Amino acid sequence: MSGSYDYLSVYSMSFIERGSKDSKYPDNPFREVGTIIRSLGCCPSEAELHDMLAEVEEEEPTGYIHLEKFLPMMTKVLMEKRYRPIPEDVLLHAFEVLDQNKNGYLTKQELIKCMTEEGEPFTQEEMEEMLSAAIDPETNKICYKDYISMMVVDEN
Amino acid sequence: MGCGTSATESQAKKSEKAIKAAILIQRWYRCAMARLEMRRRYALNIFQSIEYAEEQAQLQLSDFFTFMLDHFTQLNETDTDSVSHFFDGISDFNTTSSDLVLLEYEKMIEVPHSYRGPRLSFPLTAEDTAALLHAFKYHQQLHARYVLQLLHETRRVLRQMPNITHLSTSYSKEITICGDLHGKLDDLLLIFYKNGVPSEKNPYLFNGDFVDRGKNSMEILIILFAFLLVYPNDLHLNRGNHEDHLINLRYGFTKEVMKKYWYHGQKILRLLEDVFSWLPLATIIDSKVLILHGGISDTTDLDLLNLFSRNKMKSVLKPPNPHTEKKSSLNKTGLVEQHSSVSKSMAKSPAMSGYRGPHTNDRSDAEKRTRRLHGGTRSDLPPQMHYLESSACKLPELTAKEWKQVVDILWSDPKTQKGCTSNKYRGAGCYFGPDVTSRLLKKYNLKMLIRSHECKQEGYEVIHGGKVITIFSASNYYEEGSNRGAYIKLNPDLIPRFVQYQVSKHTRKETLNQRVSVVECSALKSLREKIYTHRLELIETFKQYDPNDTGYISVGEWALAMESVLHLDLPWRTLRSRLVQLGSDERVDYLSCFDDLEIERPLKEVQPALVETFCRYRNDLEIIFNIIDKDRSGLISIEEFRQTWRFFSSHLNINIDDEAINKLAHAIDFNKDGSIDFNEFLEAFHVVHKFEKRKNQ
Repeated sequence: MSGSYDYLSVYSMSFIERGSKDSKYPDNPFREVGTIIRSLGCCPSEAELHDMLAEVEEEEPTGYIHLEKFLPMMTKVLMEKRYRPIPEDVLLHAFEVLDQNKNGYLTKQELIKCMTEEGEPFTQEEMEEMLSAAIDPETNKICYKDYISMMVVDEN
Repeated sequence: MGCGTSATESQAKKSEKAIKAAILIQRWYRCAMARLEMRRRYALNIFQSIEYAEEQAQLQLSDFFTFMLDHFTQLNETDTDSVSHFFDGISDFNTTSSDLVLLEYEKMIEVPHSYRGPRLSFPLTAEDTAALLHAFKYHQQLHARYVLQLLHETRRVLRQMPNITHLSTSYSKEITICGDLHGKLDDLLLIFYKNGVPSEKNPYLFNGDFVDRGKNSMEILIILFAFLLVYPNDLHLNRGNHEDHLINLRYGFTKEVMKKYWYHGQKILRLLEDVFSWLPLATIIDSKVLILHGGISDTTDLDLLNLFSRNKMKSVLKPPNPHTEKKSSLNKTGLVEQHSSVSKSMAKSPAMSGYRGPHTNDRSDAEKRTRRLHGGTRSDLPPQMHYLESSACKLPELTAKEWKQVVDILWSDPKTQKGCTSNKYRGAGCYFGPDVTSRLLKKYNLKMLIRSHECKQEGYEVIHGGKVITIFSASNYYEEGSNRGAYIKLNPDLIPRFVQYQVSKHTRKETLNQRVSVVECSALKSLREKIYTHRLELIETFKQYDPNDTGYISVGEWALAMESVLHLDLPWRTLRSRLVQLGSDERVDYLSCFDDLEIERPLKEVQPALVETFCRYRNDLEIIFNIIDKDRSGLISIEEFRQTWRFFSSHLNINIDDEAINKLAHAIDFNKDGSIDFNEFLEAFHVVHKFEKRKNQ
C-alpha cells in the first residue's frame, strides 16, 4: 500500500508542482488535476471528477490544489478501485445503443449530435480530435468497432 | 391515451439509455486522451531534461573549450593569408568608409558566372529580400561574398543601437513578436506566409535564438539581417543565448557554416562573433512591455544594462577574469569601472536616463586604467592553461557584475514558486519567481515581460498571473509533432493575441495517437542512450541496493538510483514500464534496461570504462576534433589525439593512465598510418539500438 502511495506522491508531484510550467491549461488547475487522475488509470465522468475535486479544493479558490489533501483522497480512490476503466465490450455496447439503425457504423452527423448535445458534451476541440481518428474520410462514417480496436491497440 | 403514454415512456427510456451511452463513451474518451497527454508531457520532459543537462555540461567545460580555441586558432593565424589580415584590420571602420569596405569584399571574393543564387546590391531594397526568400524556398545558397557584405553592413547598423531598444506602437497598428526559431526555416516562412513579410506597416520583433539545432540557421540570419537593413525601424532583434560563437560550436551552427561555406566559413564565423555581440539585449514597447530572451533575476538592473558596451560580452563561456573584480574593487567607486567601459557608440545612446554620475572627459585615461586592471597574470590556472595568458584581450573586459546582468537576461527561466535561485538545470542564469517579476515590473513601471528560451507544447505560455509570457516559434522542436510554434500580435492597447501553427511534413493527417507515439519513441530513445553511457556507474549503484546479487531491487530503489546517477529530474516511476522489466514479485530487473543497447563497434583492446566515457562525451569530442583539424582533412595525428585527450580528461578528473590512452590511440588508428580518421572514430562510439539495427539489416 505504501508502495502505491509513494508512486502517487512522486508521480503527482512531478506534474502538479511543475504542472503550470508545461500546462495546457495553466489557468485551470482542475483540468490539470483531471488529467492526472485519469492517467493514473481511473475513469471518472466529469460529474464524478467534480465530486472528487470538491473534496480537496480550498475554501477560497486559490487556483492550486494542495498535495496533502489530494494524496489521501487519491490513494483511497485507487485502493477502493473506484472509477475502473471501461471494458471493451461495454464500450462497444454503448456505441451500439447510439447506432439506432443497427448499421454497424455511425454517420458523422450522428456522432457529432450525440457527443456534443448529450451526456457531458464534448468541446469543439474534443469533437474534432475524435473525428480525426475515428472517421473514414472516404465514406464519412465511423465504424466504431474498428475505432475501438485501434484505440485499444495504440494504448498498449 | 394508454398507447401515447407508453410510447413516450419507451421514448424516454430510449433517450435515457442514449444519454448513459454517451456519457460512457465520453468518459472513456477523456481518459484515453488524458493518458495520451501524459505520454506527450513526459516525452517533452525527457527532451528538455537532456537538453538542459547538455547545456550545463558544456558550461562546465567552458575553460577547456576556451583554451582549445585560443590555442588552436592562434596556431593557425601564424599562417596568414592577406585576406583575413585585411578583414581583421577593418573591424573599427566608421560609417563613411562602409562603401570602401564593401568594394574591398567585391575585389577580394569573386562570384562566378555559374552562380545562380541571388546577387545582392547595397543598400538593400525590398526586391533583395524578396529574392532571398524566393531563393531559400528553393534551397539555394547565398554566395559567401554577399554574406560577408551583409554581415558587415548589419554590424554597422547594430552598433548604432542602444542596448535596450525603445519602441512605440503609435505609428503602426500591431507589432508581431516571435520567439526562438533555431534554424527552422520552414517556421519562419510559415510565419511570413500567415502574417506577411516585415515592412513599415508590418513591424516585427525576433526575440533571440535564431540559430543552432535546425539546419537553416544561416538562411534565417540572412533573411532577418536583410530585412533589418531595409527596414531598420521596423525589424527588431534581441540577442538570445545561442547568439554566442562558443555555444554554436556545440549545437550545430558552426558546423552548418563550415559545411556550407568551406574556405570562407572562418571569416563568416569571425564576423558573426562580432555581429552577435552587437545585437541589442532587450526591447521595451510603449514603456510598458519588456521583451528579452531568457528572463530576469533579483539583481536585474535595466539602467545598468543600458550603460556598458554590450559587444564586450562575446560568450557566456568566456567569463571575466576573476582578478579584474578584485583589482577594480580597490577603486573608490564602482563608477570608475563604468566609465572605462563606455565606448563612443554608447555616447550616442538616447537611453542614458537613470545613469547617475559624472562623465569622464578623458576616455583614454579610463582605458589606460582598464588595461592595467587586466595586466595581471592568471596565476590560478593550471600549467597547461598558461596559453590563455598570452591571448591578448583586444577590448577591455566586462566586470563580473555587468557580465552577470547579461547572462541573467539571456539564460534565466521563470518558476512558479517565489524567490530567485540559481538555474542549476542550465548552469547559467536564475530561476525567478512571481515575486521577482512583480518587483521588477513595479520598479520600472512596466506591465508585463515577454520572453522565450523554453520550448512550450502550445508554442506559448502565460504565467505569473499574466505578467510573464513565454513565446516559442520553432514548431516540432524536439521531434516531428513535439510542439506547436506561436507568435504574438501586440496592438496599442498592449493586449497580446496568440497565433499558433505547426509545420507539417505529411499531407496525410496523422491521429493524435500516432503523433504522440512518434515523439514519445524518440524521447525514450534519447533517454536510453543516455542511460547506456552511464551503464557502469548505474550498475555499481544498483548493486548497492542488492547486496545479495539477486538481480532485483524495488521500484523505489531503482528510481532513486537512476536519479542519483543521471540527475535528470524525471518521473522515473512513470517511465519505469518503458525502460525496464519487472520480475514476478513486482521488483525491478535492473539489468534489463541495457538489453537493447550496445556500442556500435566494440574495441576489445580498450577498457569498458574508457569506452563508456568516450560515448558520453562523443559530441564534445567532435567539436574538439573539428577545432584541431584546420585543413578539414578529417584526420588528426595520434600525438594530437593523445595530447587533447590528456587535457580533456584532466578537466573531467578522469584518471586514465598513458598506457590506456596509447592502446586506444593505436586501436583506433585503423589504417595504421599514424593518423586517426576522427569521424570513423566517433562512429565507433555511437550507441546503437540492437533492435533497430536488426530491423534495418
